[in-house]
Amino acid sequence: MPLAAKTLIDMTPWLGFERRVALRFLREGRMQTVLIIVGVAAGVAVIAYISALITGLQNSTLTKTLGTQAHITLKAPDDVVAAARPATYGTTVLSDTQPRAQRLRSIANWQSLIPLLENQSAIAGVSPMVSGGGLALRGEASQSISLAGVDLDRYDRVVGLRAKVVSGTARLLPGEAIVGRDLAADLGVRVGDRFTVQTGLLNDSVRVTALVDLGVKELNRRTVIVPLRLAQNLLGLPGGATNIDITIKDVWIAQTMAEDLRRQFPYKVESWQESNAQLVSALNAQSVSTALIRGVVLIVVVLGVASVLVVSVVQKQREIGILRAMGATRGQVLRIFLVQGAVVGALGSMLGVALAAGMIWLFTRFVRGSDGLPLFDIGLSVGLAAQVAAIACVSGVLAAIMPARRAAAMDPAKAIRI
Amino acid sequence: MNSPTDGAALVELRDVRKSYNIGQPNEAEVLHGVALRVTRGEFVALVGPSGSGKSTLLNIIGLLEPMTSGSYLLQNEEVMGLDDAALTLRRRLQLGFVFQFHHLLPAFTALENVTMPALMSEGRVSSKQLGRARDLLAAVGLAQAMEKRPSELSGGMQQRVAIARALVQEPPLVLADEPTGNLDTASADEVFVQMRRMHADLGISFVVVTHDPRLAARCDRVVELIDGRISRDEPVVRAG
Repeated sequence: MPLAAKTLIDMTPWLGFERRVALRFLREGRMQTVLIIVGVAAGVAVIAYISALITGLQNSTLTKTLGTQAHITLKAPDDVVAAARPATYGTTVLSDTQPRAQRLRSIANWQSLIPLLENQSAIAGVSPMVSGGGLALRGEASQSISLAGVDLDRYDRVVGLRAKVVSGTARLLPGEAIVGRDLAADLGVRVGDRFTVQTGLLNDSVRVTALVDLGVKELNRRTVIVPLRLAQNLLGLPGGATNIDITIKDVWIAQTMAEDLRRQFPYKVESWQESNAQLVSALNAQSVSTALIRGVVLIVVVLGVASVLVVSVVQKQREIGILRAMGATRGQVLRIFLVQGAVVGALGSMLGVALAAGMIWLFTRFVRGSDGLPLFDIGLSVGLAAQVAAIACVSGVLAAIMPARRAAAMDPAKAIRI
Repeated sequence: MNSPTDGAALVELRDVRKSYNIGQPNEAEVLHGVALRVTRGEFVALVGPSGSGKSTLLNIIGLLEPMTSGSYLLQNEEVMGLDDAALTLRRRLQLGFVFQFHHLLPAFTALENVTMPALMSEGRVSSKQLGRARDLLAAVGLAQAMEKRPSELSGGMQQRVAIARALVQEPPLVLADEPTGNLDTASADEVFVQMRRMHADLGISFVVVTHDPRLAARCDRVVELIDGRISRDEPVVRAG
């Protein structure tokens, strides 16, 4: 049996007529079909590539930023100066109040606050900290430092400190310290060496157990992490904690959660978004730009598919007339062109996703930082590919609606005469 | 004006009028109260000069164009006022078409063109329908050309494919608009012979618009249209 006849018999009834005619029309207008599929593919590739690039860039920026800081930080409220005499009704008080210099203060009842916070399901880790300024001294070297006293296990849950160790083993027994890589270089210390930490009140000698790379040079040059108790002593806050660092499961709810905590507790609460307002603005601007680019490209794709199908409807007027004369319903004619839109969308999507994967490979392969490593992780997730492909398919069908309606509305007698 | 042949009426037109550009300065009535009855098994030639309204009348009978006023009973059912879907269904099941310029689908083979009405109706082509399409193509002398595209066939062959396509659903009536108008004499004869044979074998009625008096003389009945009116309707009397 010839192939064409076998194909006819094997066809399933589901949209059998529409599918067959649509595919044949597409095959017949080969060059037009190839061009429009390539057009859709280019659009899909741009959308998928830009989305993957921006997602990768944002994830990398966020990971770098949030890798060294808590998602939410609780601090003791600022000291304020109360007016000597409050104004009463009908009187005016003239006063000039000098704001108070802020001293290190402990969060009241922080020990009882920690289990309360830990019980919240959205919170992944809670870490008390005592932090303040000081100097690191060794021989002739003197470096200004940021001293942080922590419970290592808790702190590790918040910022993943152990993963940032580049030398030694993270451990904080009494008299031990973990220091930033660049600070160690400035002081000339290695794992096992000692140096002196001096605050305004006291000084003490600590032994380096590990060097860490926190991803930001300034932090690597200033960070000294010591046991909580040692920092409490050095900073004159026995039994205290200057802040509680919180890490949460979904970074994007930090702002809402911070507002919630602010309502519940009389502390100063700051989300990572508030601490990094400029970064958040930049990320938002990126997201908006990406959405705009995606939208414009999508419109171009829709217009491209629509214009080619409009031309196809004009070219196929006689065939449409014959089909209508033979008894094809308006719905069937409509569906022939909708199927064409869907097929063009689907094939364009597949090709576009492959193109995007190629572009991402090229980016990862050839765009590298000064250290020779890729600038950041970028990948085309199955979810993103499926989302873009689905959007393109739906767009193909939507683009086909207008030409399809035009074809369906065609008067068969007139169409045949053409 | 009734058919001279007795029998069940397939088509019954009463006082059919058709105007174009209604309500505009160039409004023109092209059919002026046509009455026509075609019965089962007839082979009718519709003749007349260009512009006499033959094609318009055929389009009205073929449910491709609406009439402006009048009555049209197709197999005893009034079609005036039916919606597009109902007219489409009747076109599919009750009528077959053969056009002057063959009007095959160029993207499909001869066999696919003939099976198209079945595909349209059911979304697939059964082996029985495929067999019937093959038989019909063989009957019109195209057994060797089934897998060929229209562009690979001569005008006469294309028209025979169109005849096979018009007959595949076994409609009671086939309408042919100048089916030989675009063919040389030999091909025209061949096509006409095939139509007559199908008519004789299957008992399907034909209404054929033609300019060719030779072909009209080989029909059973001739209806002449002049200026949108039927001027003659008589059986063809053959010598012997």
